[in-house]
Amino acid sequence: MNREARGAMLLTALLALILTVLPLPATLALVRPMFLVLTVLYWSIASPRAGGIALGFFSGLLLDVFQSPVLGEHALALTTITFVAVREHQKIRSKPAFQQSLIVFAVLLAYEALLFFIDGWTHHPVTNPLRWVHTVTGAILWAPVAALLNLTNDRRR
Amino acid sequence: MAFGTGASSARGGSPGFRFTLYAILSIVIMFLDQKGEYLEQIRYGLSIAAYPIELAVSSPSTAWRWIHESVATRDTLRAENERLITLNRELELRSMRYEALAHENDHLRGLQDALPPVAERWIVAEIVDIQLNNLRQRVLVNRGTRNGLFKGQAVMDDKGLLGQTTHVGPFSAEVILITDPEHAVPVQIERTGLRTIAVGTGDTASLALPYLPANADVKAGDVLMTSGLGGVFPSGYPVGRVVEVHRDAVQPLAQVRAEPFASMNIDREVMLVWFREGHPAAPVSLNGGDAKTGNATMQPQPAPPRKAPPPAAAPATPQPAPSPGDAATLPIQAKPAAPKPSKPAAPEPKDDAEEGPPSEEDIPPKPEPKATQPAPQTSKPPDASTPPPQANATAPRATARSARAPAATPAPRQQ
Repeated sequence: MNREARGAMLLTALLALILTVLPLPATLALVRPMFLVLTVLYWSIASPRAGGIALGFFSGLLLDVFQSPVLGEHALALTTITFVAVREHQKIRSKPAFQQSLIVFAVLLAYEALLFFIDGWTHHPVTNPLRWVHTVTGAILWAPVAALLNLTNDRRR
Repeated sequence: MAFGTGASSARGGSPGFRFTLYAILSIVIMFLDQKGEYLEQIRYGLSIAAYPIELAVSSPSTAWRWIHESVATRDTLRAENERLITLNRELELRSMRYEALAHENDHLRGLQDALPPVAERWIVAEIVDIQLNNLRQRVLVNRGTRNGLFKGQAVMDDKGLLGQTTHVGPFSAEVILITDPEHAVPVQIERTGLRTIAVGTGDTASLALPYLPANADVKAGDVLMTSGLGGVFPSGYPVGRVVEVHRDAVQPLAQVRAEPFASMNIDREVMLVWFREGHPAAPVSLNGGDAKTGNATMQPQPAPPRKAPPPAAAPATPQPAPSPGDAATLPIQAKPAAPKPSKPAAPEPKDDAEEGPPSEEDIPPKPEPKATQPAPQTSKPPDASTPPPQANATAPRATARSARAPAATPAPRQQ
């Protein structure tokens, strides 16, 4: 079971990464959620033993290569929120969809806040308020994304 | 989903432990990446891993373009061909006089031989269709160290300066555009020779010149060229045009907006350029190592550090004596001298460069208008308002010019 879950996990993470870096028109790109972060969150909650914190770390590192001026930035942020998600996975899992979205929103805010601070500390600040937009769309899209990912995850059916 | 707490995992300890481990690892990575270039190898490796993803992401649009091109009709091809022929004719006409002017310019500047163009070679790279970061102006190009690219290489398109490479992998390189808020280009206003710094705004259509005093001579329509300071871009390449100058009586600095010439969001193909080392217009690397190669190519004395001071000091005495000597003798001076020489450094090169001919004729400012008189007084305002960037940017240039100066000036003297 673990192996299958892991295969599905890696595949969906890869797809999510591609979605994250797919070129889009500027306005769409701004509201695009961080699909990779959502996917990692999903797997941390749904099957915390398949990927866990390692998945968060390595996804973050890969994200760093694409998006970040400093290596390790997304890795740290994703590791942190993965840790929270893995720790609280049972509580989150038992909540109804709407409350899950709210929790995801809070987690995404924390994620972006971490990035924001790290950006500032490493002297690559982006103070544009638009950087926070993806947390909202991420929370809104959480339910459909989780439902989609459930299809790949046998145990959850 | 019957597993108990999830906290006690089969391997690798508790989540808390693993979290601490990975968090510390990320922080160490960040620290190293921030501190120096220790992690360039890791980045290099990761960019190999990322390359297939980049290819996968950009393949639909590449395929679409390929299809589009291969089914282009005969008519469109002919139309394009015609357009190119007209353009080519136009360019030929424009460059016809260039050779002659270059010769004349060199003659007036007292150089024996015509200088080769500063751009030695270039390669064309395609921009990979991939979204790096919404709020940073970065693009990915499909050339890397395999093609000889290096970090900090100038990137241009056919209209002007586009940016420089920040991270270079084997197959791809990340380019930071001049409009990125973290990017600054040392520029010079073509009309007046005023030097300042153009900073990106994060918007593809505008650059800011935040360090110009309110009384600076700048107006809409002025063309910005690279000034050659800063060690990345050579001098004299077009950057953009000033579109808006706003002077506020309360503000000590003018708010100036410029538009880059390069078409940031339309470009598909860009040029990565190598510049001839030792060329007077070439950028000089910040480590000061270039000062030596510059001397060597100018066939100077075997021991430049020792012999340079007397000739350099003698011609320079009428004007700003101290800095050229220093700059020539100590190639290491880039860092310690950086804050101070920015003021003398600006006027100094012109005195040295024009030393020979101008005694007879005072008209030659024509070929080098920006360098002659405005620089002395203009070098002050940016200096006063922007100590850190200006100082940094000026320092390497000082070594460049002065490294050339002693070699270039003694030559006529000996004959």
